[in-house]
Amino acid sequence: MLDLLLDPSFAASVPRFVTPILLAALGGALCERAGVFNIALEGFLLTGAFAAVLGAYFSGSPYLGALAAMAAGMALGLVFAEFNLRRGGDSIVVSIAINLLAAGLTTFLLRAIFDVTGAFSDPAIAGFGTVRLPFIEAVPGLGPILSGQSVLFYISVACVPLLHLFLARHRLGLRIRAAGENAEALRAGGVNPRGVQLLALVACGALCGLGGAQLSIANVNLFVENMSAGRGWIAVVAVLLTGGRPWPLFFIALLFGAVDSLSFRVQGLGLAQQFTDMMPYLATLIVLVTLSWWRAKRAKGDAS
Amino acid sequence: MAAANGIGRAVLPWALTLLWIGAIVFALLLFVGAPFGEAISGFLQGAFGGRRHAYLMATLSRSALIVGMAVSVMLSFRAGLFNIGGEGQLVAGGLAAALAAILLPGPPLLVLVAAIFAAMLAGAAWALLAGVLQLYMGVPLLVGSLLLNYPIRYIASYMVAHPFRDVPSGMVQSHLVPQGTWLASFPGTRLDVGILFTLAATAFALVYSYSTVHGYHTRLNGLSKEFARTVGLPVRKLTLQTLAISGAIAGLVGAIAVFGIHHRYIDGMLVQPLYAWTGIIAVLLVGMVPWAVPLSGFFFAAVQTGAAGMERTAGVPKEIALVIQAVIILFVASRVSGALSSKDGGRGGDA
Repeated sequence: MLDLLLDPSFAASVPRFVTPILLAALGGALCERAGVFNIALEGFLLTGAFAAVLGAYFSGSPYLGALAAMAAGMALGLVFAEFNLRRGGDSIVVSIAINLLAAGLTTFLLRAIFDVTGAFSDPAIAGFGTVRLPFIEAVPGLGPILSGQSVLFYISVACVPLLHLFLARHRLGLRIRAAGENAEALRAGGVNPRGVQLLALVACGALCGLGGAQLSIANVNLFVENMSAGRGWIAVVAVLLTGGRPWPLFFIALLFGAVDSLSFRVQGLGLAQQFTDMMPYLATLIVLVTLSWWRAKRAKGDAS
Repeated sequence: MAAANGIGRAVLPWALTLLWIGAIVFALLLFVGAPFGEAISGFLQGAFGGRRHAYLMATLSRSALIVGMAVSVMLSFRAGLFNIGGEGQLVAGGLAAALAAILLPGPPLLVLVAAIFAAMLAGAAWALLAGVLQLYMGVPLLVGSLLLNYPIRYIASYMVAHPFRDVPSGMVQSHLVPQGTWLASFPGTRLDVGILFTLAATAFALVYSYSTVHGYHTRLNGLSKEFARTVGLPVRKLTLQTLAISGAIAGLVGAIAVFGIHHRYIDGMLVQPLYAWTGIIAVLLVGMVPWAVPLSGFFFAAVQTGAAGMERTAGVPKEIALVIQAVIILFVASRVSGALSSKDGGRGGDA
């Protein structure tokens, strides 16, 4: 087991798994901080993955694929806003409906456009290559991890400090936090909290769309029905655990991504695939239990 | 304001809602270039028609599972418990039913009874696990119950892929359960009597919700946890009991699928058709009103079999059913969501 963890190719594969979870979780963090309870990240990711394949296939460019994924995610964010913010639908109900909509629409369009069921792969799907960082790749240990990843990985990591600064300093970031913490005060300041929440949802859609693009046109070059496979839910857990704070979120996503990657690797050890497949979910539950136990203990410590 | 104006104001939004849903379905049909008339007749035929109503029977068979899952989550939702892990409880039940029937010796009827009991026990246990995670380990029920869907899905998949696999069949599935345990069909149809179990579970849920003290207490808990706690209701106990009942019903549905329809456990047979999620949206469609839940469950079953009919006659991918269901929920839920309160973001507090 230890050999496996120290295996450089394991470490180098971690970012591939971190990226989708991190991007979706950052989007979820924006919603969380803006006071929108968005648990439709799974549907957002899946839609992004499909739109990325669609865009990359017809344009021949992974960048246009990623843009298509962002646009599709943003559109879904607008749908969420329409039914939750404007029509006043319950956020959990709207989330469940959007997750189903994403599952239905992607399989429907898969058959309607490409006339296949299950999976669509085609050489015409232009995938992201890897980016080699000339000096960093020579650094022993970290080099192979940090270099040779898809451009989306670097974007996702850059988003962490950017989102942190944005929420801490930028006027709109402050408004987003105000919408989440005290919407009345924001309204008194002459800003409509719903408008701010709408922006958060649309930005969340864009981030999740990129996360989906990592799944379908960076990690592989194909779309498989339901290929988000619960990663959006893991991102939801990451958001809940961290209260949507970017840096803690980064480390949680790192942890979940590492487990995801590990579960992929241990399949080679003769462990049945079903047991490796359930590892990310068990790990997520274990982290949830551990953190809440730790928080309860600390709260007790403060009280005495 | 005049009364007529008031009625207009009540009807108009619903008319607009229907118009929107119709327009979206029309746009999807247009997108795939389906002949509109054939699609509609295919839909109706697929949901309610067929020779000697064969397709109607298929719809009823499907609604046996969907209504069962709907009733299961309805009891949780009304008690304010966001148990969205029905799928895991369903799988636990289906797996337990199949394994019990394969492993237990004895007369078939006894085996059947024991297997159904095992299924309900397994479903209840899986739901209780989510409850224990919430009450004693601080994992919100919403995410805890959902995350538990995945391990059991893979456990079931492992069981029928390795130790209990019917290897000669070449498929990832268990051996057939003994033929004596198969549920009989209604005379002259292919509809099995599993639907009677669903009816019994529904009757139980209606009586429980409308006229038992216990059901009343759980409803209070659902409407206001603070109130329930203040008047001294044993909130934790109610939570666990409600989850156990929900899980047992979901487990029963798994057993119906095994003994009535598939006669074995096939990998994915309870997950792929999204029975649990359809059950959840069937409850949400009618704002958790108990008597309306079976009707909306039947409605969604008809949407699914109708879509299959549209695929046969007009070449429309049957996944359109999922899109239609989601769109309906989006439009309707925002009209009835007052019945469901997730003010604490479904985090469930510490109740």
